[in-house]
Amino acid sequence: MFHILKKAAQTGLVTIGYPDRSAQIPENFRGAPSFEFAGWQDARPAADACPTGAISIEESEARRRVTIDYGLCIYCGQCAEADLSGAVKITRNFELAVRERSDLVTTADYPLTSDGRQGDLAGLRTGSTAAHGRLQAVEAKLQQRIQDVLGRSLAVREVDAGSCNGCEIEINALNNPVYDLERLGIHFVASPRHADMLLVTGPVTRNMELALQKTYRATPTPKIVIAVGACGISGGIFGNNYATIGGVNAVVPVDVFIPGCPPRPQALLHGILLALGRMEQRLASSHAVCSEKSNGF
Amino acid sequence: MTQPSKVFTSKFDEILPHYGFSSAGWNEANDAEVSKAEIHVVVTLTDLRSTVTGLIEDGCRLASIFAEDRTSVGLGFLICYVFDHRQDCRFLLLRTVVSEMSKAFPSVSARIPAVNWQEREIQDMFGLVAKGHPNPRRVALHDNWPDIHPLRKDFPIDTVLPPFHGERHVYRPTLGEGVFQIPVGPVHAGIIEPGHFNFAVAGEPILYLQLRMFYTHKGTEKRFEHLTVRNAVYLAESISGDSGFSHGTAFCQAVERAAGAEVPIRAKRMRTILLELERLYNHVGDIGAIVNDVGFAVANAHAARLREMILNINEELAGSRLLRGVVCPGGMRHDWTDRQIARCRESLHHFDAEFTDLMALIDSSDSTRDRLEHTGTLHPGKAVDLGIVGVSGRASGVDRDLRRDHPYAAYDEVSFDVPVYQEGDVFSRMLVRVDEIRQSMRILKDVLDRLAPGPCRTALSQLPANCVALGAVEGWRGEILHWIRTGPDGRLDRCKIKDPSLNNWPALVEAVQGNIVPDFPVINKSFNLSYSGTDR
Repeated sequence: MFHILKKAAQTGLVTIGYPDRSAQIPENFRGAPSFEFAGWQDARPAADACPTGAISIEESEARRRVTIDYGLCIYCGQCAEADLSGAVKITRNFELAVRERSDLVTTADYPLTSDGRQGDLAGLRTGSTAAHGRLQAVEAKLQQRIQDVLGRSLAVREVDAGSCNGCEIEINALNNPVYDLERLGIHFVASPRHADMLLVTGPVTRNMELALQKTYRATPTPKIVIAVGACGISGGIFGNNYATIGGVNAVVPVDVFIPGCPPRPQALLHGILLALGRMEQRLASSHAVCSEKSNGF
Repeated sequence: MTQPSKVFTSKFDEILPHYGFSSAGWNEANDAEVSKAEIHVVVTLTDLRSTVTGLIEDGCRLASIFAEDRTSVGLGFLICYVFDHRQDCRFLLLRTVVSEMSKAFPSVSARIPAVNWQEREIQDMFGLVAKGHPNPRRVALHDNWPDIHPLRKDFPIDTVLPPFHGERHVYRPTLGEGVFQIPVGPVHAGIIEPGHFNFAVAGEPILYLQLRMFYTHKGTEKRFEHLTVRNAVYLAESISGDSGFSHGTAFCQAVERAAGAEVPIRAKRMRTILLELERLYNHVGDIGAIVNDVGFAVANAHAARLREMILNINEELAGSRLLRGVVCPGGMRHDWTDRQIARCRESLHHFDAEFTDLMALIDSSDSTRDRLEHTGTLHPGKAVDLGIVGVSGRASGVDRDLRRDHPYAAYDEVSFDVPVYQEGDVFSRMLVRVDEIRQSMRILKDVLDRLAPGPCRTALSQLPANCVALGAVEGWRGEILHWIRTGPDGRLDRCKIKDPSLNNWPALVEAVQGNIVPDFPVINKSFNLSYSGTDR
């Protein structure tokens, strides 16, 4: 007992301040790639380098459409290495969670020049306007209801629908003293019957399809479903094949998508709070992700 | 503990002539460019069983069996038996050909239970028949799957299978008065991977445990066949997330061997450092999880904090907490600055002191030790029969470690001990991890001191088709093998992955017998096997 108390006193507080304070992210962290769409002359090297097809190109009649899908991205950084023009940069941005799958997709249209390069940016679009119009009406009401019912205390059931266990490592980390999810009134429960939220990982294997459906049905309403990681959003590097379905959304309705491979614990926190409508409250002040100092735990 | 022996005898040179293989005939494969780092020999189907059992009696170990569909080039199906021997640093690859007509090969599972699942997986994935297998039921594809063979070349990867009906896998019945069964899974109570367990119990003690795995089967080996070598590294990193760097390195080593390329010494040392950091974060996390499962939550909290310290170093060095996206065929993608290395040293120094405190805390609890000793015992004899590898093997007297027995990366220039215990209980599996953390610290210090400036990557030209090679890494959990055959256009024709979990699940079945159900979590945790690595 004495040992335990002594060590606790020596250790002190190790819990991070995020989301109330900005996240302390090591400077070498590989987060989301950013694209300088205006002035990007050739997207082909980056698209060729991408292992999951997150950067894709469609060409027709002297026009090129470049599509960036953060839901497919595994944050390997190959695109930034392949694109020598400097239009693609790796940032430390990890707060990528969204409520609409289409919000992870950006398309840029270019006319093609005679040498196969891109001319001036002709159009840039993120997300689907149709989805937004439809949502705006319902969303405010729904958000309020979710916040009223679940906002202050949330029970989460994790479902591994075929992940590589990378996402589980980071979800488990939320329970450790450094991230300490319970300080926000959020805790993991052993049964879907006790849960308000399902946190689902993996490309959904054919063998987990039924288990995921049953788990969803066993969760009382109102319920929130979060698809975690590139696999949970799109199938990721495994894609859609004879053994996988290629994303949680194809099996159960998803409320929030958290990109990453795997998403770091702060990114998971961001997504969970976004689903609860609590992220907006906490982010009153602007939120820089950069810090030279690493955590001293 | 045993001292590492750097001097290898060429045991295979001595053994193989007994089976009629003269060294002149080695590595002559008419259908492939074989790597010189292994010994490849061809055996006929008739001689197969006697050769395999003979090699086992001569002290060899059968590490893996895998198959390959070569029917498109008229060479039938190839089946390969991977052996090693304590007194030889090379792997022996014994190959045989099964004709497209007969589709049958002799099973060796009755003699070598270690390959029970692997032979059945070949049956499922290729539609071949392991003749004489004691339990030839499906293992990789569940019973409710249609009659398909996904790893045949004529099976398209994007085939959409119709909805499944019927039983997934029928368990052996649980019979007897007062005997009942406890089904668990596939969605478990903790934040862990999916699998289905069926316990037969009489009161509290477990009579036997049956497993139904492959819930996370995601067509990984088939997917490799559609990727370029460069992109396949990322798939290798996703075979088992907690061993991403080890799997990535094993894959890259196979590619480098196939290319006959030498990796720069700095890259080898960098790999060694990251391989040991992967071992550290997993081992310290497991130690915490083991004591947590017997109620010592405070120690687990400290262990989780220490694990975060290592994950932070990982991120400083690799840009990724799980060490993804840094290894590549030919070396490492990015070099490290002196500042990064200095920070790594500093953090490791801090970790070392904290780890000593953690172990003092755990050692101060007699009740913890009482719960861990004699719990979940895997007897050494059974560990050998089942071919148990890695931490679980070394806790049950199996003195094997690829870092010492088949050196790769920079392991040949550092000295370290391989801890081996004979008791085979949960406590021994924890002690192996504790000792290995201390050895890892020794390795890290040594390699960091040797890390001289220099290139960290050598350019590899695109591999021609039909190069084959094996990559082997001692991941934190145990032996990882990647076997590749290159295809045209820089793509892969086949990649066989053997994760240590595939060997070790049967150990759990043995270890839980006679233990009480409430001890199952801690026994399971002490093995900490990867479902994804097994199911692929």
